[in-house]
Amino acid sequence: MLRFLVRRLLGAVVILALISALTYLLFFTLPSDPALLSCGKNCTPANVALIHHNLGLDKPVPVQYGEYMAGIFTGRRLPLGNCPAPCFGLSFANDAPVWTILSSRYPTTLSLAVGGAAVFLTVGVGLGLVSAWTRGSLFDRLASSVSLMGQSVQIYFIGPLAIYLLVDRLRWLDPGADPDWSHDPAGAVGGLVLPCLVMSVIFWSNYSRQTRSLMIEQLAEEHVRTARAKGMGRGYVFFRYALRGAMGPIVTLFGIDLGSVFGGAIITETTFGLHGLGQLAVAAVTQTDLPLEMGVMLFSSCAIVLFNVVIDASYAFIDPRVRLL
Amino acid sequence: MTTATEDRPTGPPEGTPGTEPFLSVRDLRVRFATEDGLVKAVDGLSFDLPRGRTLGIVGESGSGKSVTNLAVLGLHDPRVTTVTGDILLDGRELTHAPRRALERLRGNTMSMIFQDSLTALSPYYTVGRQIAEPYRKHTGASRARARRRAVEMLGRVGIPRPERRVDDYPHHFSGGMRQRAMIALALVCDPELLIADEPTTALDVTVQAQILDLLADLQRERGTAIVFVTHDLGVVAGVCDEVLVMYAGRCVERGTVRDILKSPRHPYTWGLLGSLPRMTDDADEPLRPIPGTPPSLLTPPPGCPFHPRCPYRDQVPDDRCRVERPPLAPEGGGRASACHLPDERVRELTPGAVR
Ligand SMILES: Nc1ncnc2c1ncn2[C@@H]1O[C@H](COP(=O)(O)OP(=O)(O)OP(=O)(O)O)[C@@H](O)[C@H]1O
Ligand code: SF4
Ligand SMILES: [Mg+2]
Repeated sequence: MLRFLVRRLLGAVVILALISALTYLLFFTLPSDPALLSCGKNCTPANVALIHHNLGLDKPVPVQYGEYMAGIFTGRRLPLGNCPAPCFGLSFANDAPVWTILSSRYPTTLSLAVGGAAVFLTVGVGLGLVSAWTRGSLFDRLASSVSLMGQSVQIYFIGPLAIYLLVDRLRWLDPGADPDWSHDPAGAVGGLVLPCLVMSVIFWSNYSRQTRSLMIEQLAEEHVRTARAKGMGRGYVFFRYALRGAMGPIVTLFGIDLGSVFGGAIITETTFGLHGLGQLAVAAVTQTDLPLEMGVMLFSSCAIVLFNVVIDASYAFIDPRVRLL
Repeated sequence: MTTATEDRPTGPPEGTPGTEPFLSVRDLRVRFATEDGLVKAVDGLSFDLPRGRTLGIVGESGSGKSVTNLAVLGLHDPRVTTVTGDILLDGRELTHAPRRALERLRGNTMSMIFQDSLTALSPYYTVGRQIAEPYRKHTGASRARARRRAVEMLGRVGIPRPERRVDDYPHHFSGGMRQRAMIALALVCDPELLIADEPTTALDVTVQAQILDLLADLQRERGTAIVFVTHDLGVVAGVCDEVLVMYAGRCVERGTVRDILKSPRHPYTWGLLGSLPRMTDDADEPLRPIPGTPPSLLTPPPGCPFHPRCPYRDQVPDDRCRVERPPLAPEGGGRASACHLPDERVRELTPGAVR
């Protein structure tokens, strides 16, 4: 297990190094020159050179990249200000360290992604289990037809609808709010319920359908039949044997969906006017704030790569045949 | 229950006087609803099995052996399967028994050794746990006692160092060891009826002999009734008291092991015996499988289900083989065979038909 984690984390580092190098190359060798943007109307070549120097753009790209990467671990002193570790540079827009901006934003996105995933895994897999258990029943048939419609649901459609219904009319839920976990955890949860619910809806139908068919497949497996032949009860066979077999593929599905989960979180953020990474990325792009773009990019890649390691490790807990190497 | 048909059972075999059947199957029919239509996998099968006896069921692949056994344990999916007829275990009707009543019997009073131990054991739990589970459920034993029982059972089926192997997963076991673990699982609650569906096919000859000895011991000690499904007529000769030959979901011939192996009456049985490799055979002489393939169970051929493959159909006058289904005719001594060939023709033909 430890060996697996070390290896996978090393692998993750290599992947992240590659991603960072590529994005760096892409962003900082683009034809658009940030110096020209911040230079204004009376732009002399000397001005531009000064700005280039202040931004560290006067050095060769590999050196820039090396300093950037080193800064993540050691922090940097830049001409425009101090940038403590983990330093992702200073934002062009307001000279603040990128990490400071990121850390004020990522809790929203991460909370949405994790909360939303928790909701859709519970609801989606739960509905699938009920459908498989009551296979052929009215519930099952209803669930299948509803889930066919559910596939075409869009967050930007149900988001406003949910706000109108559940917040404005019925006053059941709080409108979405950015979470402040350290000062107001209860409020953070309250502000996340509706956005997480809305975000999760787009995943329900897929997970319930997949869970249902996986369970039905598993229930027909010979080893599940053996469990019945031993006289084990229906629920025991269903949960201990069939569900155990369905878990691996469900986790695989989730792993494939990780990207969509982050995507869903970002769309939800926008729908609820929350301040997360999505909104930050849009702002960074419109302002050509390259260090900020780079920071958002690296942070999201890190998160996805790390979650992937966790998912791979979880296979070993589900299936004893999986050997973590 | 469906009513009488032409091969309606003829009562318990007379070969075992005074013994009440422990398992009694009457006019069993198992049908699967599939996209292509109704598959009649078992079509009017009857047999009796007293305690302490072994019934062999033989027949080609797809003849309905496993389907019959799954029906006895009540393991068919009721959504797609209709099971009719009577299955009586110790006088108790199982066909319509409630699920919980069946659960109390399964793995306890009646249990089954499955054909393929690779897929029949769960990859997710240790062998010991899988063996201990039914023991705990049926005897109420503590976790520790059930584990000791699992170790004991693994030892009895000849797994070396069972106290160490008990915590292994099935994939740590070799094929032969998995099959033995499967057998340990089936025997853990000392069943009174044991259904063994090709239990030794995957094993090498020495292990096979060990397992057969184990089953024989169990039967001697506890009077277990055993249904033994196999392709291997050599094994049949060694372990069975009576034999039932199945073809296309029906019994085509039954009798004592001696009857069936020494003087078979049905052309299909002749075919099966003809395809049996013999110890004395010249190694170069190829097996002679029965030509042709088993009939469709969706639209069974009219008349004798074996007629499309039967080399003797033309010896029966009036084309009866193609038109009229031969009843399973009792011949005394518990034996019966379903064929239109007249007795004297059978006697003339037998020596030439079986090698
Ligand atoms: N669930 C099912 N649905 C439809 N058809 C089935 C089903 N189960 C079995 N059958 C069919 O019933 C027939 C009998 O199958 P069965 O498994 O009893 O054969 P068998 O005699 O055990 O053969 P083998 O020696 O290969 O184990 C086969 O044609 C099979 O395709
Ligand atoms: S009834 Fe006719 S076809 Fe059927 S086995 Fe006898 S001889 Fe062959
Ligand atoms: Mg079979």
